[in-house]
Amino acid sequence: MAKSLYEKVWEKHAVRELSNGQTQLFIGTHLIHEVTSPQAFGMLRELSLPVLFPKRTFATVDHIVPTDQFTEPFADPLADAMIKELKRNAEEFGVTYFDLASGKQGIVHVVGPEQGITQPGTTIACGDSHTSTHGAFGAIAFGIGTSQVRDVLATQTLAMGKLKVRRINVDGELRPGVYSKDVILHIIRKLGVKGGTGFAYEYGGEVFDRFTMEERMTVCNMSIEGGARAGYVNPDETTFEFLKGRPYVPKGAEWDKAVERWKAIASDPDCEYDDVVNIRGEDIPPTVTWGITPGQGIAIDETIPDPEKADEVEKASIEEALEYMKLQPGAPIKGTPIDVAFLGSCTNGRFSDFQEVANYLKGRKVAPGIKAIAVPGSQGVAKLCEAAGIDEVFREAGFEWRGAGCSMCLAMNPDKLIGDQLCASSSNRNFKGRQGSPVGRTVLMSPLMVAAAAVTGEVSDAREVFGVSSAVAV
Amino acid sequence: MALEKITKVTGRGVYVAGDDIDTDRIIPARFMKCITFDGLGEFVFYDVRKNEDGTDKKHVLNDPRFAEATILLSGSNFGCGSSREHAPQSLHKAGYRGIIAESYAEIFFGNSTTLGIPCFSCSSKDIKAMAALIEADPKTEIVLDVVNEKVLVGGQTFPAEVRDSAKRALVEGKWDPIAELLEGAEEVKKKGDELEYV
Repeated sequence: MAKSLYEKVWEKHAVRELSNGQTQLFIGTHLIHEVTSPQAFGMLRELSLPVLFPKRTFATVDHIVPTDQFTEPFADPLADAMIKELKRNAEEFGVTYFDLASGKQGIVHVVGPEQGITQPGTTIACGDSHTSTHGAFGAIAFGIGTSQVRDVLATQTLAMGKLKVRRINVDGELRPGVYSKDVILHIIRKLGVKGGTGFAYEYGGEVFDRFTMEERMTVCNMSIEGGARAGYVNPDETTFEFLKGRPYVPKGAEWDKAVERWKAIASDPDCEYDDVVNIRGEDIPPTVTWGITPGQGIAIDETIPDPEKADEVEKASIEEALEYMKLQPGAPIKGTPIDVAFLGSCTNGRFSDFQEVANYLKGRKVAPGIKAIAVPGSQGVAKLCEAAGIDEVFREAGFEWRGAGCSMCLAMNPDKLIGDQLCASSSNRNFKGRQGSPVGRTVLMSPLMVAAAAVTGEVSDAREVFGVSSAVAV
Repeated sequence: MALEKITKVTGRGVYVAGDDIDTDRIIPARFMKCITFDGLGEFVFYDVRKNEDGTDKKHVLNDPRFAEATILLSGSNFGCGSSREHAPQSLHKAGYRGIIAESYAEIFFGNSTTLGIPCFSCSSKDIKAMAALIEADPKTEIVLDVVNEKVLVGGQTFPAEVRDSAKRALVEGKWDPIAELLEGAEEVKKKGDELEYV
């Protein structure tokens, strides 16, 4: 019988059925970071349990690291206690740890693919909802809670229920100045922030076939914002090309065998899905959010929704969002003044994100009074950018070029909004208070749109600001 | 370690209106700078309850009439966003023992069940009716009947849904799966040997 990748990976990793009907599922790769793992190690100590497969867990530090200080101890004693705890746990339990001195540290969802730890046909779990990122490689990857981090450490398994699979086809072509970030913001806008609950999203179609791995990662990353715990793209030559030669992938004859396995794990062409959604690439505009959920998005040239024109259910949500965002119904989103521009995060903090922006930013200046920060997703990304002179382009334009980490995406480090500042952000969440100030405001958008906002000082159409034409389109 | 069989949760309720209440709102990230879950209870819904200067906002969670509530009522997609278990941990440490909402985000639902917090799904209309009963008399007793998937509020009964796997885990005292997962150790090792990449 024809099967989807999800079903194949599930069956390959199912250990046994549990008493409540869930499946004990083998987790091939476990990624951990400093925020959601210390309590799990504490639980292991309480239960006197070792880590069952220490070689299958990889640790790095990302959420709390300052991006303007690269040595320990950190100025913030709480952050310093957390990084020390991670180091202690990794050493005591024999887990690989990419620390600040390793040259490999960074956001866990950037580091995994970069090191070749993320591989097709595997199950990947991490105490972080954006673990869905790794699905770009044809892995079933999902976020878990801290008790589940304990479960994986102690047993290399999780108690899981099977998800349904929704195939999302994006065919045709993207218009110039439209990026993978716009694709996922558009999908979430159309299907809603809870539309994916109970589903894994399988992304495919001509647009995904052409996408680079980094573009696929951006989309899979935000699956969770659409309610889908996992999102994936079937592995293909683009996937293998990306992985080849990376530190943790098989070498020589083992590589060839792995590629054969990976090809076989892709969804069968005639498999059945629980749901199918078709989207035309041409219909996707550069999209920005205006509200307090990632589903509250509009095209850059649209106006902000009017609660009076919405149904009863949506009305309250729109009113709440507009009040928080201090935006006017019916007004254009374009021209909304910004205070901060943030380029980075596990969604858009990869080499190609900075490279694409640098192509347009050369010779331009950040508008007066705007704080603009560029935060590479990993030390590896930073090195690549610096070798290509991209950091200099950003600095000359007036951006602060920072060290690797999650930074202002969730503001657990010193990078925070102040008061009701409005941030043009390449990150993934515009929740109330998300960027560190309880009244701070976030407008999500693609990296180039962040650069356009930085340059003009207001939410802008990057196609106009930078004269994006079809000649330079992806 | 035998766990309590959770067949029923009884307590007073508080209704926090709104859909898509995310885990950042339940526990803002700045309170996650910790290496244990101890003490999270006092920061639950912090920015919802407090002004920037630390004074209380006018909010139902600050209303003394609902101070003894142990059952939280809310809207749809409750607990969306971040996978942080700090969210249900902070609710649990603040004394909440059950949740009634229209629907839940996947990860939050699992994290809560693992802590033995039943997550009941009810219709929007019924939740609003329950909220009205609580508002009229905050001392109204609420019973979450896990076995029969019903909510009793005062004298009224409302139908509810509890996901089958969660219901079985709660009722059988297996809501924290670690003991059962450990029992499978031999099969897990075999699976590890079978998988080419492990």
